[in-house]
Amino acid sequence: MSVIIIGAGPAGCEAAYRLARSGESVELIEKEAEIGGNLNNWYQLFPDRKQAADLKAKLRKNIEHPQIHLHLKSKPVAFSRQGDGTIQLTLDDGALITGKALLVASGFRTFDAHRKEEYGYGIYENVITSVELENAFINHQINTSTGHAPKRIGLIHCVGSRDEKICRLYCSKLCCVTAVKQAIELREMLPEAEILCFYMDMRMFGPGYEEMYREAQEKYNIKFVRGRLSEASEDREKRLIIKVEDTLVGKPLKMTLDLMVLMVGMEPAEGNDQLISMLNLQTAPNGFIQVSDPHSGTNCTHQKGIFVTGCSSSPMNLTDTLTDARSAAVTISEYLNS
Amino acid sequence: MNFWGFSISEARVIDYDKNDKTLAQIMATEVPSSKLCIGCGGCTATCSAGNLTEFNIRKLQMLAKRGENKELQTQLHKCMLCGKCLLVCPRGVDTRRMIWSMLRFINS
Ligand code: SF4
Ligand code: SF4
Ligand code: SF4
Repeated sequence: MSVIIIGAGPAGCEAAYRLARSGESVELIEKEAEIGGNLNNWYQLFPDRKQAADLKAKLRKNIEHPQIHLHLKSKPVAFSRQGDGTIQLTLDDGALITGKALLVASGFRTFDAHRKEEYGYGIYENVITSVELENAFINHQINTSTGHAPKRIGLIHCVGSRDEKICRLYCSKLCCVTAVKQAIELREMLPEAEILCFYMDMRMFGPGYEEMYREAQEKYNIKFVRGRLSEASEDREKRLIIKVEDTLVGKPLKMTLDLMVLMVGMEPAEGNDQLISMLNLQTAPNGFIQVSDPHSGTNCTHQKGIFVTGCSSSPMNLTDTLTDARSAAVTISEYLNS
Repeated sequence: MNFWGFSISEARVIDYDKNDKTLAQIMATEVPSSKLCIGCGGCTATCSAGNLTEFNIRKLQMLAKRGENKELQTQLHKCMLCGKCLLVCPRGVDTRRMIWSMLRFINS
């Protein structure tokens, strides 16, 4: 009997590989046609600017392990337990999978920027999301909708995070550093452009992050304005007119941008609520899956034999996600051997 | 003569598109470390001039970076170039050189 893992993003793949190496057999279930999850939307990773595709290739190679059985384009539709506690999962193709433990690695989705209507995403042509910018980097093309190289670009932090108006009170943790990384990448492509980040707080918590922020200021000439965007409008040339308060000088500020990038936050994955109710788990106040203890039970849920890893339980950066997946593998091994 | 007792207040908003940012550019070139400021206020907290008068060196240089140079004309002369601000800055901004660069600009 094996360990079932839902989700073959970085967390699911890493946990599968570690469990397989310690002798467990793993059933890895992924709803998409390929593995990688949100990693597929990234071009380069922070802080070392590693190619996201390289990391994905490594994860894919790891899960070629003979003990791992990958089920692509599959979703769990029903869950039950046998008398001895064995977990039974029915997939949408009718297959029945049994396991001694279940690991939820369903990850996150990015905030739908349409919901923050006053920022004009989907209304003004030159408002894009950080995910779309990553895709533009993959294609090595940055242009405005009118086909010009942007002269002034604004990156707006905390879109879909730390905002009661859209019921998202938490910080998504990775968008500050993503903004700094993307600002640097923009600078490399557009040496003449003016690039500004509009932030509420700079949360550069990871190793190398604060150093990257410094470098962005000094070497790459990125400007940082502390103030939250209140609203944006469009002029006749399809540029954006934005209004913020420059809070460190205590004055309102307005300027036009050729391109505005919204740093979208993280939300529980699509189908998160259904998964929670199907597996009888608890929802955390932030909408993600509740873990059993914030210190000693970060991979445990309130159900025996059901574990959680990566962004299923809260927003995490990639480094922490992979670490958390290894931690989940250890937790599950301990559980199976107890 | 303000016959009706009404007047039009001057807009407080920083009009970044229209502001002349020559000084900001000079500062960035002459004193590259000035770009490292994170607005923590350590410099202002330690500044003797700032403790006794309206003078706020953190705010003044941030305004200059947005092309708001008006306050510099009336405030910057209060600095004694003592360099205390330089000693406390966590980002290693060469504040005294930055002030010197601003002074040269407004006096030219
Ligand atoms: S990481 Fe930064 S941009 Fe993202 S939600 Fe937190 S404070 Fe906002
Ligand atoms: S050098 Fe000027 S700004 Fe700095 S502490 Fe002395 S008086 Fe204040
Ligand atoms: S102490 Fe340095 S970083 Fe802090 S506000 Fe002054 S110049 Fe900026």
